Amino acid sequence: MRQFMQYVISGLATGSIYALVALGLALIYRSTRILNFAHGDMATAGTFVAFSLLGMNLAPIISFPLAILSGSALAMLFYFAILVPAQRRNATPLGQIILTVGLGLILQGLISYLWGTDTKTLTFPLSDTKLWRFQGLVISELGLGTFVIGLLGSGLLYLLVQKTRLGIAMRATSENLQAAQTLGIPTRMILSLAWGLAAGLSVLAGIFLAPALLLDPFFMLEPFLKGFAAAILGGLNSLPGAIVGGLILGVAESLAGGYITIAFKNTLAFLIIIVILMVRHEGLLGTEFKERV
Amino acid sequence: MGMLEIKNLSIHFGGIRALNGIDLAVRDNEILSIIGPNGSGKTTLFNCLTGIYHPDEGDIIYQGESLLGLSPDLIAIRGIARTFQNLRLFMNMNVLDNLMLGRHVHMKKNIFAAFLRLRREELRHRERVEEIIDFLDLQAYRKSRVADCPYGVQKRIEMGRALALEPKLLLLDEPISGLTSEEKEEAAYRVTEIRGRFKIAIILVEHDLKIASRLADSMAAFNYGQKIAAGTPEEVQRNPEVIRAYVGEE
Repeated sequence: MRQFMQYVISGLATGSIYALVALGLALIYRSTRILNFAHGDMATAGTFVAFSLLGMNLAPIISFPLAILSGSALAMLFYFAILVPAQRRNATPLGQIILTVGLGLILQGLISYLWGTDTKTLTFPLSDTKLWRFQGLVISELGLGTFVIGLLGSGLLYLLVQKTRLGIAMRATSENLQAAQTLGIPTRMILSLAWGLAAGLSVLAGIFLAPALLLDPFFMLEPFLKGFAAAILGGLNSLPGAIVGGLILGVAESLAGGYITIAFKNTLAFLIIIVILMVRHEGLLGTEFKERV
Repeated sequence: MGMLEIKNLSIHFGGIRALNGIDLAVRDNEILSIIGPNGSGKTTLFNCLTGIYHPDEGDIIYQGESLLGLSPDLIAIRGIARTFQNLRLFMNMNVLDNLMLGRHVHMKKNIFAAFLRLRREELRHRERVEEIIDFLDLQAYRKSRVADCPYGVQKRIEMGRALALEPKLLLLDEPISGLTSEEKEEAAYRVTEIRGRFKIAIILVEHDLKIASRLADSMAAFNYGQKIAAGTPEEVQRNPEVIRAYVGEE
């Protein structure tokens, strides 16, 4: 039982990172119907900015927010400079998704060019080896910090979307774009904010993953795929679903790794998706989007 | 005095001329009815007026300023509100939230106000919304999810949301259609009430010729994207082209 709880706890820590990635993907999908394939690469870019800022001897408390903002700025720039002009020329949703694939490749190239492809270590204020124990259960300082940040990030986003005027405008925009426009809501601004928020969350995830994974231009690929899986698991258009999906996936992986074999860990994510989509194709908490006539 | 002047407005989609050289004028506090069969360009005109479509030719002068090139939200801020022929409500929100979203243009725009819902301001907007709820008889549905309300109520909610903007010009796209005959009478009455109470101009699109002419101060008839008649409701109803478009050739 203790062993089981131990797996669950480390699973929750990983899962909260998946949740952050999934939240960003869901946020973008529900407001623009675009799957952002550059999500991981945006996170990588932001994490490398954090790496450079830390290298300039800036304190983490300054470097990390700046890195997150740089990721947001990048996403908003992409929205205004590439997606909006594409939409003006009547790009299909699929075409716009391909544009995000292109952005991902461009970012990978740029990051490799600017920072090199060798692996780096992000000097991180929380330690991977310092352990906390309660009642026989062990969690590393980093793991605990990750879990807290994951919950905090998700919680704040939830409050933003549900309780603020900005959030209500965001919900209105994603539910019915034309109606929101004719009520005077600046929908482009709102959508670009959704992109910015999503990218910011993914950079946050990247910063907390880097110390455990080592930093290289492709280090976010796997977490991105997991976050994607978590988002689908929860129902792509549901924010609570993304959080739940992320946590479930993290725990399931950790259990599978512990009881079956570690080699099975990555396969599991996609097995879960296949099963979920066969049984309940709108995901755990998703509501099916009806096409607007 | 003219509050809206539409000059030589044209737009085409592919080979179809959806609007062809339309001239129209709306005076303050006037109800203008536009009638015409389906596909005659009535809704296209609304979409041009609200910035959803960008016309190929012509101009739209609203209170002395051209609306061409303005985005829908900027047009809403200038005081033009509309309803849609097939309702565009926020179906998963409750009635109150839908109407409160109509207050968006009047809310303070600074970043702090956007994040915190400032209490005093919130109450002031709530008051306006409650007045509209009373006016449209929506008290019983205040907290209901819009998707759960009957169709006739949804139409009233959308009208309420448009009124919450406190527009100077209200565009109603078939406010009568799809209602039961009793609801139709109510809706028609409500349109004249809105004009009397809020002192605004209304453009009304309808294909029910009878109700449209009863409500209107002036009327225009569209067919195939062209204005085929304009004038008082009596004049338009007598116009032979209108009769032909409506009754068919005999």
